[in-house]
Amino acid sequence: MFAETAQGRRNRLIEGLAKTVFLLMALLMVVPLLLTVGFLVYKALPVLSLDFLLTNPTKGMRAGGIWAPFLGTVYLVAISLAIAAPIGVLAAVYLNEYARDTWFTRLINLAVVNLAGVPSIVHALFGLGAFVLFAGMGRSVLAASLTLAIMTLPVIIASTKEALGAVPMAFREACWNVGATRWQTIRQIVLPNSISGILTGIILQVSRAAGETAPIMFTGAVFYKAIPERDIFAYGLFDQCMALSMHLFTISTQVPNVPEAVAYGTAVVLLGTVLGVNALAIAIRYYLRSHQRW
Amino acid sequence: MPAGHPKLRFVDVEVTFGATRALRGITLDVHPNEIFGIIGPARSGKSTLLKVINRTIEFIPEARVRGTVQIDGEDVYAMRSVYQLRRRVGMVFPLPVGLPLTIYDNVAFAPRAAGIRDRAELDRRVESCLRQAALWDEVKDRLHHLGTRLSGGQQQRLTIARALSHEPEILCLDEFSIAVDPVTTMRIESVLRELRAHMTIILVTNLVQQARRLADRTAFLMDGSLIQVDATEVIFSDDPGNRLTYEYVNGSFG
Repeated sequence: MFAETAQGRRNRLIEGLAKTVFLLMALLMVVPLLLTVGFLVYKALPVLSLDFLLTNPTKGMRAGGIWAPFLGTVYLVAISLAIAAPIGVLAAVYLNEYARDTWFTRLINLAVVNLAGVPSIVHALFGLGAFVLFAGMGRSVLAASLTLAIMTLPVIIASTKEALGAVPMAFREACWNVGATRWQTIRQIVLPNSISGILTGIILQVSRAAGETAPIMFTGAVFYKAIPERDIFAYGLFDQCMALSMHLFTISTQVPNVPEAVAYGTAVVLLGTVLGVNALAIAIRYYLRSHQRW
Repeated sequence: MPAGHPKLRFVDVEVTFGATRALRGITLDVHPNEIFGIIGPARSGKSTLLKVINRTIEFIPEARVRGTVQIDGEDVYAMRSVYQLRRRVGMVFPLPVGLPLTIYDNVAFAPRAAGIRDRAELDRRVESCLRQAALWDEVKDRLHHLGTRLSGGQQQRLTIARALSHEPEILCLDEFSIAVDPVTTMRIESVLRELRAHMTIILVTNLVQQARRLADRTAFLMDGSLIQVDATEVIFSDDPGNRLTYEYVNGSFG
């Protein structure tokens, strides 16, 4: 039969080595996540309960739950995405499907890429100047949400453009060749085949909006504010609010003698919310992919 | 020469892509209900000539078109609705493109885009187009399966059915048989002979024998110039009257 040459043996060894290294790197990604989650949950166990989620902090934030910051984060994330998602998706559709390659569209694309890379503290200062002071919204849920929307918008545009760009050009040309307009093509071919990628990009911004502290610190989030418990309409648009990320920062660094478990519990809820939303994204993506047609 | 007006007329058509000239002063007429063959080596401008007809050339930003293209005497580049123009011209390209839709929706796409909503009319068109493309018998029981799951040859026939679905007056085929097996190719060729009764067909092909089998008249393009256009028997005769044509057709080129 065929004898293995020296070259063949070397190739086989390198192949095996490469595969092992890549596998180790992939595992390395998972280990910190599992360790972090496990450690946080273990430390937070004494306080974790439904009551922790549904009651306000008490005794100078050294006891009680996290209802006010939790609801604040939900408000901020929901409102900011309700603003950024439609604008971002429509802008990306324009840039990817309609715009010709001119200096103007290149400028817009350049702006999108650069805005996506701006540090969040800069967005915070912009939000303070534009929304809180200039637009006269004051420090409020609305101003903070708008600031988060500005922060997430360029990333949503970029990820949506990428999802649209993954739809093969040949599909569009086939449609145009039979006299379909651009919009008919987008509606019937491009969007149905990119919606899973678009939604994933949007939902991943939830974790970013929920996690950032800097943009909301100057624009609407406060150290402490008690709100009615078990009332999901507790915040108004022009109220100030608490937020999980800010709350975690406060009780970890600004308030002395906070029981360890309270801080860990806050972190678990923040992480749980974000991971829950990401899991939802994966589920939606999986569902839509299975309905995709090519 | 058939009497009457040409179906399609090119007058001194020039196309440039930046500094490259793809077509140089093409002037020719295509008669109604003929199969018009276009042959020529790679990069001779055959495909560009097709794209000029339904103005899909305009998708290439650096392309510039000069000269006149007329369908039934009407200037294509002065038409108000480019969408209406594209419905008058069916296009089939070398590689089949099944849209990511069901077989039915692939064929119903263009009629729907043109505003037809009536279910019975759509059913009629889908069946007649699939029959014309010699695909009906193979797919009639699975019209609501995905078009993209068909084999390459079936997808090309689906593409032809889609090109027929907006009831074009002119059907352009650009090397349709490149991804299709010989048996299917023969079936499509006989379909084209039947379709000639209803429309004008322009057939771009690298297989000179295909032009010989099908075309009533044949044009020979080289480097963007029209070298010769004549009855197919003349082009393929021992003395077509042009040395380049003779050499290309007989494979002794260069």
